[in-house]
Amino acid sequence: MTALYLTLLIPLLASILLAVFGNHRGAAAFNMLATLAGFAASVWLALIVLQHGPLGGEAGQFHIDSFNVYLIALTALVGATTSFFSAPYMAQEEANGRLGPGRLRLYHASYQGFLFTMQLALTTNNMGVLWVALEGATLATVLLVSLYRTPESVEAAWKYFIVCGVGIALALFGTVLLYFAAAHVIPDAEDALLWTELAKHASSLEPVVMAIAFVFLLVGYGTKVGLVPMHTWLPDAHSEGPTPMSAVLSGLLLNVALYALVRVKILTDGALAGGTTHSPQLAGHLMMGFGIVSFTVAGLFLHRQRDIKRLFSYSSIEHMGLMTFAFGLGGPLATFGGLLHMTVHSLTKSAIFVAVGHASHIAGTQAIEGIRGLIQTQPAVGWGLLIGTAAIAGFPPFGVFTSEFLLLSATMKTHPWLTLPLLTGLGIAFAGLFRHLHPMVYGDQPEGQVAVAANMWPVIVHLVLVLWLGLSIPIFLADWFDQAAVLITGSGLL
Amino acid sequence: MNDWLLALVEMVLFVALAPLFSAWVKRVKCWLQNRRAPALLQPYRDLRRLFAKQVVLAHTASPVFRATPYIIAGATLLAAAVVPFISVNLPTAAIADVIVLAGFFALARFFLALAGMDVGTAFGGMGSSREMTISALAEPAMLMAVFTLAMVASSTNLSTVIDQLLAQGFVLRPSLLFALLSLLLVGIAETGRIPVDNPATHLELTMIHEAMILEYSGRHLALIEWAAQLKLLIYGVLIVNIFFPWGIATHNSVSALAVAAGVVFFKLLVLGSLLAVGESVLAKMRLFRVPAFLVLALTLALIGLLSHIILEVG
Amino acid sequence: MLEQLPLYQQAILTLAAMVMFTSFALLAQSRVVPMIHIFAWQGLLVAVTTGLVAFDSGKHDLYLSAAMTVALKALFIPWLLHRLVKRLGIDREEHGAEHPATVLMIGAGLVIFCYYVAQPIEQLSASVTRNTIAISMAVVLLGMLMLVSRSKAVAQVVGFMSLENGLFFAAVAATHGMPMAVELGVAFDVLVAAVIFGVFFFHIRDSIESLDVDQLNRLSEQDE
Repeated sequence: MTALYLTLLIPLLASILLAVFGNHRGAAAFNMLATLAGFAASVWLALIVLQHGPLGGEAGQFHIDSFNVYLIALTALVGATTSFFSAPYMAQEEANGRLGPGRLRLYHASYQGFLFTMQLALTTNNMGVLWVALEGATLATVLLVSLYRTPESVEAAWKYFIVCGVGIALALFGTVLLYFAAAHVIPDAEDALLWTELAKHASSLEPVVMAIAFVFLLVGYGTKVGLVPMHTWLPDAHSEGPTPMSAVLSGLLLNVALYALVRVKILTDGALAGGTTHSPQLAGHLMMGFGIVSFTVAGLFLHRQRDIKRLFSYSSIEHMGLMTFAFGLGGPLATFGGLLHMTVHSLTKSAIFVAVGHASHIAGTQAIEGIRGLIQTQPAVGWGLLIGTAAIAGFPPFGVFTSEFLLLSATMKTHPWLTLPLLTGLGIAFAGLFRHLHPMVYGDQPEGQVAVAANMWPVIVHLVLVLWLGLSIPIFLADWFDQAAVLITGSGLL
Repeated sequence: MNDWLLALVEMVLFVALAPLFSAWVKRVKCWLQNRRAPALLQPYRDLRRLFAKQVVLAHTASPVFRATPYIIAGATLLAAAVVPFISVNLPTAAIADVIVLAGFFALARFFLALAGMDVGTAFGGMGSSREMTISALAEPAMLMAVFTLAMVASSTNLSTVIDQLLAQGFVLRPSLLFALLSLLLVGIAETGRIPVDNPATHLELTMIHEAMILEYSGRHLALIEWAAQLKLLIYGVLIVNIFFPWGIATHNSVSALAVAAGVVFFKLLVLGSLLAVGESVLAKMRLFRVPAFLVLALTLALIGLLSHIILEVG
Repeated sequence: MLEQLPLYQQAILTLAAMVMFTSFALLAQSRVVPMIHIFAWQGLLVAVTTGLVAFDSGKHDLYLSAAMTVALKALFIPWLLHRLVKRLGIDREEHGAEHPATVLMIGAGLVIFCYYVAQPIEQLSASVTRNTIAISMAVVLLGMLMLVSRSKAVAQVVGFMSLENGLFFAAVAATHGMPMAVELGVAFDVLVAAVIFGVFFFHIRDSIESLDVDQLNRLSEQDE
């Protein structure tokens, strides 16, 4: 339990300390140190779970099982590597005059606060606290999106706040309905929102209420996942904020929201399994619908983008749609693929955003037209961006290819006619990404473009991990994915 | 036979007390505004004076113009016969339907609007068009409030409604609360009081009811003024007897009737004072804001209806 | 039927109807300061209803929730908004919806829709507040309608806060409150959200010289 408390308390304490001392010269270094400590604690937690199995006990307030243990470590890892990227990047931004020292205090405190809410959402057993943590994550990042105080960033932050705020409010209504259904079945009212208890009694939860609750929770948490048509905040928020923010938002927040959604889906599937009033696959079908619509729409929108960060934000929407589709499809193959995809997408997307951040520094702009000749100016950045994009577009042998392959196999088994839209969508997205990427990386280098001080280690570490996961998944991770697949769909792959 | 006599007495009482009610409202208004009030019997003296005067007709006036005061007086009189004043158990209770009441008022208003346009003056036409605009919005609101009442008591007959509400005792019903508020607003609009219309003005910009009756004189004017005062009393009695029905006589014994007369007198006293307070505190609205006022009345009635369906049934 | 319920249970239903009325009043109101006052009244009515439900069901935690609601929704947040409005100097502007009568009619339609959706849920509850589940859902959707139909930032924030009022009311109506830890967390989130909104107004005003969020339209897909 110490490991668990450390994982949670380190970011919280760091946030409070940075809120007071954040504009000190050593603040960025302290940020890096805090995230490294958090990562160490999460690895320790993962080791404990590896040895002893699920943590948290009966009706405990926290619950670490195979579904969230690697997500916790992943969150801490991405938080750590991004903080290494953020230190020189934000220093450069400050030198460029885009923000003052007071803003850096807000930035660092909110960064740690955001990591705290992410870890809280992942480790909690209480569905209500999960909601509070996700809302807290929104609140922690909304002021960061408008950090540069331009009209565009203020607009992006306002949209983010309002759309996500309303979405999350609907999710709260869904949580209330969930509690309503649970209170009839679980005798002790204090335990009625604990996920472990709900999962135990899932089959006796009232199906009508659970169906309505699921719809509200899907729309609510789906807003934070970035499902179309609730996605309107995502491209703006991810492109207007500072690049480290885009990296963690794309890499972490979307994952945690999807995790919350899948937890709810497990309960709904259990409740509807009787099949009397609603079809037992209602939750799955709804998720498949939203997923494939998001995937298709985002793939088409990719072609129209003129801002590099918006381009990759739409790629995030596309991949989240794919993951939602995978979890909605159900079955061990698709679920395993979805879990793997969550991991590799998070690593790849954050690596891409790191490279994008350096690219925009080199070019002095975020517009795609203004970025040219990266590979000539600074080969590390150019190659990083190229390989990252190749990874996210689904090139073998990267991990994304493996997860997409698993998903396509599963689709061909159960809904063969959906494979064609999926393949077409993947092709369209691939075309869109490379059409914009090619001139950026290989175009003519403009006059006077020089390399910047860039720390490419985060990119290298992430891409190596993704390559490793694509070629051979470590046994413990595969076991965790398998156990999570059993939890989610009732049967495992291995 | 006794009951029919009682019904006749009640109607006469209604008609006789109408000017007194208007005088009471005026008196309270004057008290609030620190003015010296006219005597309580002044409206009677005004009516007597008007009856004695000669009728002056424009040469463009048609038979409609000459017949309208009698039609208005007759319709309002019948409406007075319909509303339970002191007793619930009267022979006229058989036609005491709220929709019939709305119909009588609509008849009177229709002819008044026609008469306003009849002579061909600008003021008359303007008053008629304003009146029709207001009533077009006030009618749905009133009917919606009436429907709420009907759903609560399962009948549109006023006597049945009052009987039902008395039988249930003191119940806090959200639907009736909102219906009451809505009827208060509609009543203000229909009887032409501030903040919708100023009953004492003759400025072109502000008059509605006064504009339509500008051409009338003598006994015609007396009848129309009396009918307007009667309409105000009818709305007052409607509101106090339906929403606060305690005290009304359910069987026609002398003691019950006496008590009922005292109680309804007291209730009207309070309502008149509240009306006067409202007229002193609020300013008259500009004409194009009256639709917003009536949409508020409609919304209140709608909420009352929805509250009944959602909260009170089942 | 209604007559058979004790008086304080009738009072709960009447107060619920009045909360719905304040939602409609918010939709119709076009001036900022009365809007804030109506929102404060709504918070107070919800708190009083919570107190009555606490008395009826015997759950003493609800008294604490009611007190928190009064402190936060009826006192602190209206005070904060009022202070912001004064500092921004916008208390004399027009903040209404484009077509108020249409918005009110849509609101009435939403109430009917909520009644239809809440029917199956209401049949499962045995408490006196089961009829108010539909009302609470209606307050949530009416708050959202206010958010959608307004173009000024402060009016949108009041709509958002009214939506949160509806959510709290839903928790009280459906399940007689949520576990205390969750209620505290939600209240804390609402508090932080209100403070951040306040900071936001100044950012918006500084960047586009007005609080008309319709003018926040530089980021669009049109030209891309």
